[in-house]
Amino acid sequence: MTDSLDHLPRAGDGGRDAASLEANFRDLHPPLTQRQAIIESQRCLYCYDAPCIEACPSDIDIPRFIREISEDNINGAAQTILEENILGGSCARVCPTEILCEQSCVRNHDAECQPVLIGLLQRHAIDHMHFTEHPFPRAADTGRHVAVVGAGPAGLSCAHRLASHGHRVTIFEADPRPGGLNEYGIARYKLVDDYAQKEIDFLLEIGGIEIHYGQQLGDNLDLATLKRDHDAVFLGLGLGTSRRLGLAGEGAPGVATPGLMPATDYIRTLRETDDLSTLPLARRCVVIGAGNTAIDMAVQMARLGADEVTLVYRRGIDAMPATGHEQEIARANGVKIVTWARPEEILLDAEGRVAGMRFARTQSRDGTLMDTGETLEIAADGVFTAIGQALDEAHLAAIPGLEREGGKVHVDGHFRTDLPGVYAGGDCIALGQDLTVQAVQHGKLAAQAIHQDLMAQQEVA
Amino acid sequence: MKAIAKRPDVDLSIEFAGIKSPNPFWLASAPPTDKAYNVERAFEAGWGGVVWKTLGEDPAPVNVSSRYSAHFGKNREVLGFNNIELITDRSLETNLREITEVKQRWPDRALIVSIMVPCVEESWKAILPRVEATGADGIELNLGCPHGMPERGMGAAVGQNPDLIEQVTRWCKTYSRLPVIVKLTPNITDIREPARAALRGGADAVSLINTINSITSIDLDHMVARPTVGHQSTHGGYCGAAVKPIAMNMVAEIARDPATRGLPICGIGGVSNWHDAAEFVALGAGAVQVCTAAMLHGFRIVEEMQDGLARWMAEKGYRRLSDFSGKAVPHTTDWKYLDMNFQTIAHIDQDQCIQCGRCYIACEDTSHQSIAKLVDEAGARRYEVIEEECVGCNLCQITCPVEGCITMVPQESGKPYMSWNEDPRNPFRESA
Repeated sequence: MTDSLDHLPRAGDGGRDAASLEANFRDLHPPLTQRQAIIESQRCLYCYDAPCIEACPSDIDIPRFIREISEDNINGAAQTILEENILGGSCARVCPTEILCEQSCVRNHDAECQPVLIGLLQRHAIDHMHFTEHPFPRAADTGRHVAVVGAGPAGLSCAHRLASHGHRVTIFEADPRPGGLNEYGIARYKLVDDYAQKEIDFLLEIGGIEIHYGQQLGDNLDLATLKRDHDAVFLGLGLGTSRRLGLAGEGAPGVATPGLMPATDYIRTLRETDDLSTLPLARRCVVIGAGNTAIDMAVQMARLGADEVTLVYRRGIDAMPATGHEQEIARANGVKIVTWARPEEILLDAEGRVAGMRFARTQSRDGTLMDTGETLEIAADGVFTAIGQALDEAHLAAIPGLEREGGKVHVDGHFRTDLPGVYAGGDCIALGQDLTVQAVQHGKLAAQAIHQDLMAQQEVA
Repeated sequence: MKAIAKRPDVDLSIEFAGIKSPNPFWLASAPPTDKAYNVERAFEAGWGGVVWKTLGEDPAPVNVSSRYSAHFGKNREVLGFNNIELITDRSLETNLREITEVKQRWPDRALIVSIMVPCVEESWKAILPRVEATGADGIELNLGCPHGMPERGMGAAVGQNPDLIEQVTRWCKTYSRLPVIVKLTPNITDIREPARAALRGGADAVSLINTINSITSIDLDHMVARPTVGHQSTHGGYCGAAVKPIAMNMVAEIARDPATRGLPICGIGGVSNWHDAAEFVALGAGAVQVCTAAMLHGFRIVEEMQDGLARWMAEKGYRRLSDFSGKAVPHTTDWKYLDMNFQTIAHIDQDQCIQCGRCYIACEDTSHQSIAKLVDEAGARRYEVIEEECVGCNLCQITCPVEGCITMVPQESGKPYMSWNEDPRNPFRESA
């Protein structure tokens, strides 16, 4: 997947071995100790109609699970979390809590300016649970069978909830492993020790869920067959392709430009490798974009040993989609953030390899972004794009008649697409916001809708 | 001696029941005062006095292993403390020798000796001269130790019987010239009865409270209380911060009882800092005794106690303890004398409110449904007191996590003071 970087040196060059590189990718936020968790749990005020619950996309009863931690009821705390969010362990690690639950914590008030560390407490509860059997027993088999396309957070969440209602579920996944972005798209230091897989193993313990790998819509999978063989279909497709810059020097689609690649492709390779020292290293690295993926890319390249990592964004700091917390992580890792610069041209050397980027300087005039006329050149031997993801049209061709909204799949308030019996959720639908926790919620609610619709059918029949 | 705080504007020294002390902070009769080593460390730290751990007749009792337990707060702070220790387990002779030596080395400090011997005249007659010979400043009668000793006819068994209290006190006044402080047990119904008995017997002062019968916690894995001795436990004596409200009520009861008015009171029970001490003094105590706080933090806490009390007194313009001792007593009365026309209403400072909703749910679920939860179009919440419904119970103010956010505002009713005795709604009113 990193073929276009084959000409670059390796992270292990210069004597850095895999172990010392691995040390740079340990847990970004170490877990709380037992004592720290108890102290922190005491800080929760057990608000009524707590703002943190309102801020949680997956509706976790946060004051309740924190109180359960403080009362030495770790399994109770874990079950409170998992009831609403079966991937609560990974969400605790990857959620931008600073703009969700923790942002709404009443302890942010002027007098304290320090929210309860909800994310770390959630992780504590899940890490320390010790169930002797799966906490969510499967209801009696209903005889219904649902197809779930995509084993990412939305699909897994949907499958688990459906299984708990007694439906049989088959997940069709294109990749060789489940997890979706949790497995392939999250910075290595945010989900360590193969956590995504361990969490999925736990999730699957409920039973009644089968996963078929190497199943790709538009390739060896089509909707008509899925609908024929199942009582309902859930689409948790994610966003399969990276947006292109559309610039001179980028090469035609499908033709790699040496030194240029989507950040998600590189991150995927980084997640999968057993030996970080074999990864191509862009000593002078430019990342284009301003979301959390851009930050993940920039920070990871810096930790692999790059000399210069520059993150370039066409607007100002305030408009960056990456949270302030993520920006701080970038700065702490020596990433230089350049704002008000729009990609204009990819600079290539005589052999056609990336040598740098030229940017047009921008400014905002009455909210409209315009060029100032100045330009900026940054030398680079690797340029990584993180300017967003989009639905993969090649795959969607296998689902004729699917209504779209803003380039994504349109669903109603119950996650029903315009095709009967077909539901969708996660990043692929119009509501999607590129948040794991939201995908989990979509999957959960879609499963509820599927369950209700199937049960209603049964009553009619 | 360097640790005794001196200020030009405040004099913390006291004379309590004839006993002089450089400050009102004494260590109670307990493990911290069991031997010379501890007591000298306490004096070095700045304690004004100690009550030496209770002496008894030889042979000294034997203690069990595992002796203390605690009632913990959620953050492992010790709210209450419990012990099943007995009186000193060292020989009388050893204790008397050490008391003599310590008093010689620390002549400016108050050294009181706690005593518990069988309730027969001969026993008291025998021990009192020996204690007096040490040079100690006074004696404290341990009639309130709630565990271990009552089974031998001592301690609480005596403290629960006013006639015996009077008798023992009288023997002490007969066979000793030292000031006699009678330590009272709280494990009774009306604390005024033993106090009156002590006064009748000639007591120079009372000290209270001794510990309260307690079981602090159960080990649910082994189904046994703590502290655990082998596979068993027993009730112990409860003390520490949690008992302060009980102790203060009992001190106030004695302070405002006409029968014991003017009887010096040494306040004991959960005194952990200068603020606690000032409160006991305000209720009429002339000195305080501390134990649990020292056992949890060491003797150095007396430095903050002296400094804090002196600074507060200076701010208030009090030069000596006697300037504010008992000042809260006249304001402590029976319920029937409270003003039925007084009305106070909660007020929420919206600038300080953090919208946690605790006041709302507390009032809604368990009180008078006097707080409204308002949500604007943007989803912002606001909690407001429904004044016509508010009875002024203080619950919202108590549950509010932001100190000063909810205040209770007295209402101008324009009506004169009226007690329940005068209230026309009272079918048994005295004026009816």
